[in-house]
Amino acid sequence: MRLLFLRIIVAGFTLAISFTSAYAIEIKEVTSPGGIKAWLVENKAIPLIAMNFSFEGGSTSDPAGKEGTAHFLTGMMDEGAGDLDGAAFQALRDELAVRINFDSGMDQFEGSLQTLSKNRAQAFDLLKKVLTAPHFEKTAMERVRQQFLVSAINDEQEPESLASRAWMELAFGSQLYARKSSGTPQSLAAITPDDLRAMHRLLFSRKGLKVAVVGDIDAASLALMLDDVFGGLPDTEPPKPVSGVTVAKGPVVKVIDRDIPQSIIVFGNEGILRSDPDFIPAFIMSEILGGSGFASRLTAEIREKRGLTYGIGFGLSPMDHAGLNVGSLGTRNEKAGEALAIVKDTLKKMADEGPTQAELDDIKTYLTGSYALRFDTNNKIAGQLLGIQEENLGIDYINKRNSMVEAITLDQVKAQARRLIDSERLIVTVVGKPEGLKSTGTGG
Amino acid sequence: MRAVKIAVLQLALIMLMVLPVRALDVEISNFKLANGMEVVVIPNNRAPVVTHMVWYRVGSADEVSGKSGLAHFLEHLMFKGTSKRAPGEFDRLIDINGGEGNAFTTSDYTAYFQRIASDRLELMMELEADRMQNLVLTDENVLPELDVVREERRERTDNDPSALLGEQIDAAMYTAHPYGKPVIGWMSEVAKLTRADAMAFYRAHYTPANAVLVVAGDVTPEQVKVLAEKYYGVLKNSFTPQPRVRTPEPDPIAARRVTLIDARAASPAVQRSYLAPSYSASTGHEALALDLLADILGSGTQSRLYKSLVIDQKIAAYAAAWYSGDQMDSGTFGVYGAPNPGVDVAKVEAAMDAVLADLLKNGVTQQELDRVRNQAIAERVYTLDNQAALARMAGVALTTGLSARSIFDRDVEIGKVTLDDIRAAAARIIVLKRSVTGVLLPEPQTLN
Repeated sequence: MRLLFLRIIVAGFTLAISFTSAYAIEIKEVTSPGGIKAWLVENKAIPLIAMNFSFEGGSTSDPAGKEGTAHFLTGMMDEGAGDLDGAAFQALRDELAVRINFDSGMDQFEGSLQTLSKNRAQAFDLLKKVLTAPHFEKTAMERVRQQFLVSAINDEQEPESLASRAWMELAFGSQLYARKSSGTPQSLAAITPDDLRAMHRLLFSRKGLKVAVVGDIDAASLALMLDDVFGGLPDTEPPKPVSGVTVAKGPVVKVIDRDIPQSIIVFGNEGILRSDPDFIPAFIMSEILGGSGFASRLTAEIREKRGLTYGIGFGLSPMDHAGLNVGSLGTRNEKAGEALAIVKDTLKKMADEGPTQAELDDIKTYLTGSYALRFDTNNKIAGQLLGIQEENLGIDYINKRNSMVEAITLDQVKAQARRLIDSERLIVTVVGKPEGLKSTGTGG
Repeated sequence: MRAVKIAVLQLALIMLMVLPVRALDVEISNFKLANGMEVVVIPNNRAPVVTHMVWYRVGSADEVSGKSGLAHFLEHLMFKGTSKRAPGEFDRLIDINGGEGNAFTTSDYTAYFQRIASDRLELMMELEADRMQNLVLTDENVLPELDVVREERRERTDNDPSALLGEQIDAAMYTAHPYGKPVIGWMSEVAKLTRADAMAFYRAHYTPANAVLVVAGDVTPEQVKVLAEKYYGVLKNSFTPQPRVRTPEPDPIAARRVTLIDARAASPAVQRSYLAPSYSASTGHEALALDLLADILGSGTQSRLYKSLVIDQKIAAYAAAWYSGDQMDSGTFGVYGAPNPGVDVAKVEAAMDAVLADLLKNGVTQQELDRVRNQAIAERVYTLDNQAALARMAGVALTTGLSARSIFDRDVEIGKVTLDDIRAAAARIIVLKRSVTGVLLPEPQTLN
């Protein structure tokens, strides 16, 4: 494989840059008789249905000392529900080839269902049971706990996980976003069935629900399904545990000593929210600097010219209550100091001068031209529709998006480079035996 | 136990519904250009997008001894420019046309792909056809890329104890056949690769008759044929590809065991791989039988290993089995277990052995076979949602000695596998002397 970015970054981040574009798909807003709303893209070409949904609230609602509770819930959602015990539930799900998955982010608890359309009645019935009547049976819970414990123990040695987590701790200190959403061996050991029940009651509410459906189902059938599946959930207020978040400023470098040949470096600083009026010019700037193509400035400087890394990326990571600009790379220990110095120079140049008109023109044709690639499977379309709802961008966003990108001027992008990039105040974490780097500063 | 009974009843009904259905009903066109280049077209008009792939029938198993990693290194260098295109221009043209591209290398093939708006297909063909014959390399861009590849190896292998163990298992499995070498290469050999090595490999393996074009998405076979004739059809072969004959692996005679003790490993794990035939190198239904057997043994929560080790004995966090049958000359069948915290890995290995012994003695049940078979067929329907996955299936088939049709027709054949097929495959393959057992240990003191 020629390119594989380090997983940027951090457990619990949803990289929810719902940056979609003008592509002719028809979205219907469906409202059920009971008042539940969903966005639907009907497509009968293949006999499949994909549904993505989310509840407001996520790992930030974990009780103190019981970090990982919402994450634990995701592992218990196929361990029995309603009249089916765990084994019966799993047997039926597998036989129907229904896929039901859950994921807990910091601010959202997300779920997805995929089914063959001919099995949709049984599939939705399974989902309804899971959402409204999950069992938190003790034996199953202990089994799942062992699985999460093994993962948590492995994360404590895995270089990218270590570097990301240390970065979040430096950025957020004692605030909720600093916590590890998948929990620690200690916190996972403390979670009880009552904790899971309480988290289930807290998160699964119709008020915080958003739904996107794509595929072989019409609006009338979907409306009935919405009431059937989600109608039994309470109408309580979603949790809002996070407010007034501050992101620490560097300069700070933290080195975590590990005997590995390649140092993993995570670097960044405060960014902006998705709701920021200048999000699009800021996003364009970050794509030019560290985007996913081969043409980004960081890839050109660190990889193509100097062979210092296999993968480097940098970009905006907006959460609901804080924005980050974060990047990462892996480089041989001997070159760690040199690589970080070149990263800083590249950032500084962008902050001082901004991009060129040619770079802006190129990135615009890339962003607008690649629009359709985000919509070429049911699953991707459902993911996009849910993201747009979560970010409150509006049902017409897909049709407006390319013209919004086209309208951005060089001065706007330069202004965002000046505003958001500060190479002198980076928070940096390094895992490995990096030469030329040592822990300095404490942030502030 | 009322709940369980209801579920079983529902299962029986579903099986009746699923079994006769053809899951992956895909129309494909498969033809050859005059110069021998093979073409597959998989129309799929879900979105105005195409997946354009060029596959070469060459991989790391075709490297000469001492040059491990060369096929993969050349894959990286294929983006460095041609006599017509400056370095970087290839990537830039794809970017500004709103495309995404990449490449990958395995033991048996090297593939290059772009996903892009369907009206840009012609440009993609022009670019790929150009670099099939006109690659230009200079030390100025080769040397930094060699460093990139070495970083890739550090990132994906040397930083990761379980990846290192996997490499050691493969090396122990194959005493003669080149599948024992890692695709990315041994670091000591990668470090010595040169521009001349890469150009020689390019000249020896990259020619239209050794390539396969796969286009999936919003196109018709007629459109693809016209464009393929124009860009690929005009290329002349620089050599005639010969049958790919690798050093055969002798019949295994001794069980092997590799243990990696690494302070960086947080928790222990054990896996065992058995040398097995691949789809391409097997006869009858043996490969399909191994696929279904792996599902029965170790896919999902209803599998034998999971039920025994995770649910009943509560000694493992994870337990699984796999069959890897997509290689040209041979495959592997394997089992895996990760102990719960505090449980000795030897106990997990012994429990896996007991599950395997019971399987060999008593076989599998018709109910188990029906369950995994129906599920395998139903799961394949999801592939219809993903044009890139369809394209990849065709490419793998045609570069490992299979026909494109055969891989899509597999769900028809799945219905024909019998209990006897499974019993025979298990008896032939799950034999200790065919195996390598790999153990990952975080600390030396847990050794005995």
